Amino acid sequence: MSVVLEVEGLAKSFGGVRAVQGVGFAVDAGEMLALIGPNGAGKSTCFNMLNGQLRPDAGRVRLLGRDITGMVPRRVWRLGVGRTFQITATFGSMTVRENVQMALLSHAGRLLHLWRPATDAFVAEADALLARVGMAEQADRVSAILAYGDLKRLELAIALANAPRLLLMDEPTAGMAPRERVALMELTAGIARESGIAVLFTEHDMDVVFAHADRIIVLDRGRLIAEGAPPAVRANPEVQAVYLGAGLVHG
Amino acid sequence: MEDLLIQALNGLASASSLFLVASGLTVIFGVSRIVNFAHGSFYMLGAYLGWTLVTRLPEGLAGTPFGFWGGVLLAALITGLIGMVVEMLLLRRIYGSPELFQLLATFGVVLVVQDLALMAWGPQDLLGPRAPLLRGSTDLLGLRFPRYELFLICVGPVVLGLLWLLFHRTRWGRLVRAATQDREMVSALGIDQRRLFTGVFFLGSLLAGLGGALQLPRESVNLHMDLAIITEAFVVVVVGGLGSLGGAFLAALLIGELHAFGILILPKITLVLVFLVMAVVLVVRPHGLLGRASAPVRGAAAAPDPPVGPTPRPLVIAGFAALALLIVVPPFLRDYEVSILVDLAVFVLFAASLHFIMGPGGMASFGHAAYFGAGAYGAALLVKHLAAPMGIGLAAAPLAAGLLGLAFGWFCVRLSGVYAAMLTLAFAQIAWSVAFQWVEVTGGDNGILGVWPAAWANTKLVYFYLTLALCLGGTLLLRRVVRAPFGMALRAQRDSTLRAEAIGIDGFRIRWLAFALAAAMAGIAGGLFAYAKGSVFPTYLAISRSVDALLMVLLGGVQTLSGPILGAIGFAGMQEQLMRASDLWRLIMGGVIIALVLFFPQGLAGAVRRLWEGRRA
Amino acid sequence: MATEIGRRGILAGATLLATPGLVRAQGEAIRIGEINSYTAQPAFLAPYRNAWVLAVEQVNAAGGINGRRLETVFRDDAGRPEDAVRHAGELVNAERVHLLAGGFLSNVGLAIGDFARQNRRLFVASEPLTDALVWAQGNRYTFRLRPSTYMQAAMLVEEAAKLPARRWATVAPNYEYGQSAVRWFKELLTRAKPDVQFVGDQFPALGRIDAGATVQALASTTPDAIFNVTFGADLTNFVRQGNTRGLFERRRVVSVLTGEPEYLLPLGDEAPENWIVTGYPWEDLNTPGHVTFRDAYRQRWNEAPRLGSVVAYDTVSAIAAMLRKTGANTETEGMVEAMRGLSFPTAFGTGDVTFRAVDHQSTLGAYVGRTALRNGRGTMVDWRYADGARYLPADEVVRGLRPQG
Repeated sequence: MSVVLEVEGLAKSFGGVRAVQGVGFAVDAGEMLALIGPNGAGKSTCFNMLNGQLRPDAGRVRLLGRDITGMVPRRVWRLGVGRTFQITATFGSMTVRENVQMALLSHAGRLLHLWRPATDAFVAEADALLARVGMAEQADRVSAILAYGDLKRLELAIALANAPRLLLMDEPTAGMAPRERVALMELTAGIARESGIAVLFTEHDMDVVFAHADRIIVLDRGRLIAEGAPPAVRANPEVQAVYLGAGLVHG
Repeated sequence: MEDLLIQALNGLASASSLFLVASGLTVIFGVSRIVNFAHGSFYMLGAYLGWTLVTRLPEGLAGTPFGFWGGVLLAALITGLIGMVVEMLLLRRIYGSPELFQLLATFGVVLVVQDLALMAWGPQDLLGPRAPLLRGSTDLLGLRFPRYELFLICVGPVVLGLLWLLFHRTRWGRLVRAATQDREMVSALGIDQRRLFTGVFFLGSLLAGLGGALQLPRESVNLHMDLAIITEAFVVVVVGGLGSLGGAFLAALLIGELHAFGILILPKITLVLVFLVMAVVLVVRPHGLLGRASAPVRGAAAAPDPPVGPTPRPLVIAGFAALALLIVVPPFLRDYEVSILVDLAVFVLFAASLHFIMGPGGMASFGHAAYFGAGAYGAALLVKHLAAPMGIGLAAAPLAAGLLGLAFGWFCVRLSGVYAAMLTLAFAQIAWSVAFQWVEVTGGDNGILGVWPAAWANTKLVYFYLTLALCLGGTLLLRRVVRAPFGMALRAQRDSTLRAEAIGIDGFRIRWLAFALAAAMAGIAGGLFAYAKGSVFPTYLAISRSVDALLMVLLGGVQTLSGPILGAIGFAGMQEQLMRASDLWRLIMGGVIIALVLFFPQGLAGAVRRLWEGRRA
Repeated sequence: MATEIGRRGILAGATLLATPGLVRAQGEAIRIGEINSYTAQPAFLAPYRNAWVLAVEQVNAAGGINGRRLETVFRDDAGRPEDAVRHAGELVNAERVHLLAGGFLSNVGLAIGDFARQNRRLFVASEPLTDALVWAQGNRYTFRLRPSTYMQAAMLVEEAAKLPARRWATVAPNYEYGQSAVRWFKELLTRAKPDVQFVGDQFPALGRIDAGATVQALASTTPDAIFNVTFGADLTNFVRQGNTRGLFERRRVVSVLTGEPEYLLPLGDEAPENWIVTGYPWEDLNTPGHVTFRDAYRQRWNEAPRLGSVVAYDTVSAIAAMLRKTGANTETEGMVEAMRGLSFPTAFGTGDVTFRAVDHQSTLGAYVGRTALRNGRGTMVDWRYADGARYLPADEVVRGLRPQG
């Protein structure tokens, strides 16, 4: 399997506090890699450095062998990185379909077109993506009124619009009912395997992590303390110490 | 050397007065997030009330220190109570509305107060008495300096100190500070927010009233005080950083000294100097000297905008019917009525262009007149200096305005919320001062005359058809662009910057180009207006025109594409008719605006839409 | 102090026609469209409108013009030329007025003048002082009553040149009127007295003077004398700060318009003394013509006239005289021809003044004198009438200044 994302020696400090230091890992195509750790371990900081929302103090991020360290998010996206957010971010004034069309138009480089109505563009493609995440029948609803789980699925459809090689999902199941969580993660895993997309996700819910991750990396106080297949990580004494010390499941 | 020191003292005295007003404004903003246009009116009321209390004293009190200072303090107290009443009757009901709508409501209060003050005190300037004990002057460094100014210099720091004590040493003050930082948290603590807000309004208005009353021994009291002080106070508050008392004090010192020394160096640019400084400060420090990032102008409390659907069929039919009327009827109208239709068409495009960046773009502009004026001057300058024909003049209008939009927009669209709005205002004032001061080129306040249409368009009727075609074309183009991918990207970055950036949309670039496009459209409106009137003046770029445009958009409804059209017709038509029909037009206009804010928070178009949808539901 | 009719009255008048005369004159009324900055400059224009109403009433009471009554439609331009142009269009197109009149601010006057040229309508400008109105931008259809900025400057220079002062400072509102008054004063004074030196100029924004700093800035240039052009609220604040800071001590001040009661009276007992000013000695001017006017005005409005009253009264007198000349014919070209060289009596009672054919400027003059305090308020003393005709350049010069053809 080919390596999609490579991270080396990533570090970031905020006013003298080292949020992330010396983190390195890699994600392969079609792989589901979970990034876990207790609160304040540096998961979000780490995540935000990958797609360019934060600029690392040191270290390298490579996508398909290309150095993308410090690139702004929109350029990272153009190179094939989709992203979902812990608190969903969609375009509240648009319908579900328009949300996806927006991403498709951006992908096609048509943002400066002034004449033809945007709603007529990429209708079939948008509907296909929505069908893939199970949102086809809600295509004409305004996204502002969607249920939370549906918003997460819409975000996934948006993230898939540029045929990404890598998906970054920050807490994809936060705020969802347990049954929904399983469904969304199964959906994601299926898409990842089907299209050979590498998926990196952070997650609080250990059931979700151990059920769906191919591999797990564990962060504590900014450092990587463990890496490996789920059973190995579960058995790792350092991980147990960290989680037992802080209570195993956080939410 | 002595002169410079004395001039520095003059600056300090002005700074103190400015700080009194600005401190109230910034405290109110910090807690309620309301951009209170009416604050200047409270300042003016304080001055008028002070004049009445001090000059109408009973025998025995007149001229005594007790009578004077008692009058000043009583005036401040009464002003504070008036502010409290306004808060309880009006503002309390609209804390959930978008910030610009709150601003509209306070502007309504400004209009009402202007007419009430006129009725109560008449149009003449009133000269108050000098302060007992502080009448004369003191020798400082061999120069004479008024004692009253020395007193004023002390008032600023003393008030700052008292406010500091109030906010750091009392429970109420700590609550106010907490509310400034996090409104939700305070309500979570089970504190009665309403009383807190009312109290803050009382304090803020009292400070404004005190600032006004303390001007009595310095300046005459007149009806222009309110708008003169409010722009300066806004500048101070924004330069200092919204909600920051220390920032306001620093900024007041900066502005006061700038005024004093600017007079020595460049006496002709005193008016624009403050705006130049504000522009520089905001470009370098986007949140002012001591400010922190604020909530966006269209606050999170507001519901998301409704989707932009296809134009409903009845609206299309109504549009065509209106167009048919506009083509068929004018030949039967008198010249005057046709020229009113020309004005309305121009204002519709002007409002639509502002709506484009405010509604879909989510940016506020307090300086849109700059581009209207740029279009008008672009055309007129070609006529004056190159004797260009009308076709070239009209082509130059959007070009000049668009280029100016590109230049100013590059700075403005980087900022957000009130700061962005104030930067647009600063640039507009700079553009205004160029038109006003560069007499050799622009003719200064005499403007440029003789900008009449070409011979073929020189009848009112033909010129109306030309205006209708261009303004309608421009307005429809903007509607089309909102629905096109560019407009969709514009709405996308407004809805969620985070998501837009994550799908490859360069929010800055989109906003920048949208700003320039809106500027170009405003330029067309300005160019057409210039030829319709045969002249251009610096007033084309003045604050009042920017405010007019803002009122049209808000009146019509920001969230609806048809809003600016209805708003422009409603506002311009109402103003014209009211001015002809009643001497109390400001009072009526202000009342209508307040009623609108209270009962139709979606604007005219929003109300119509709701009515329509309610009937269908 | 007398009360003015107030803005309420002014604007109510905007929609009503002037009250009909005692005698119902026969024939279609002659309609005058009058545009002025009523809300922006109430101190000058409230007495102005009072006298206008009085003059029209008198004309109509005397049977009108050949049996036709005069009617006036008033409009407020709020000090904005673009509003004035809009009103001009409305007056001509909707109200069907026969001629336009009025104008206070210079830029408003110029804007209406250009409208008159473009639309071929007669415009009798009463007040705007700018020279451009009859010279650089003069046109066939525009006439102006009051002595211009140039004339006022020339009148004052005559006095200023007699002073020993050599170092001069100036202060003027920052718009066309202030700038050109300063320009003319400097040019004419330098011509009369080549050794004078101008050591500092202050140009506060109109209505927004920062008086303390301005006074200090003037003082720091240590002038022997000061030329002042500010008026209204700016003047009030300037004088108060100047008094407190001793700016006017041991210095002569030469000041345009300050002798007009509309600007002198609001200063109360703080009115400056011994300034050399142009103005209007309304209490002491006892020519028979002026006494008649003053009595009539006082009887009608129960207050003393101001200079604005004289300007309005004379404007109506001029229009009435012109219409008598045309035989109440209101065709524009005929009225223009009648205006050229028209003579009519002024309310100053100093005899007839003439609208010069060469540049359409009237020869109305102004009073030049000193300010003094009397009974706790300002007044003019040692005044004399400066006849406008004496302060205008020679005809060849004027022809060179004015677009011909």
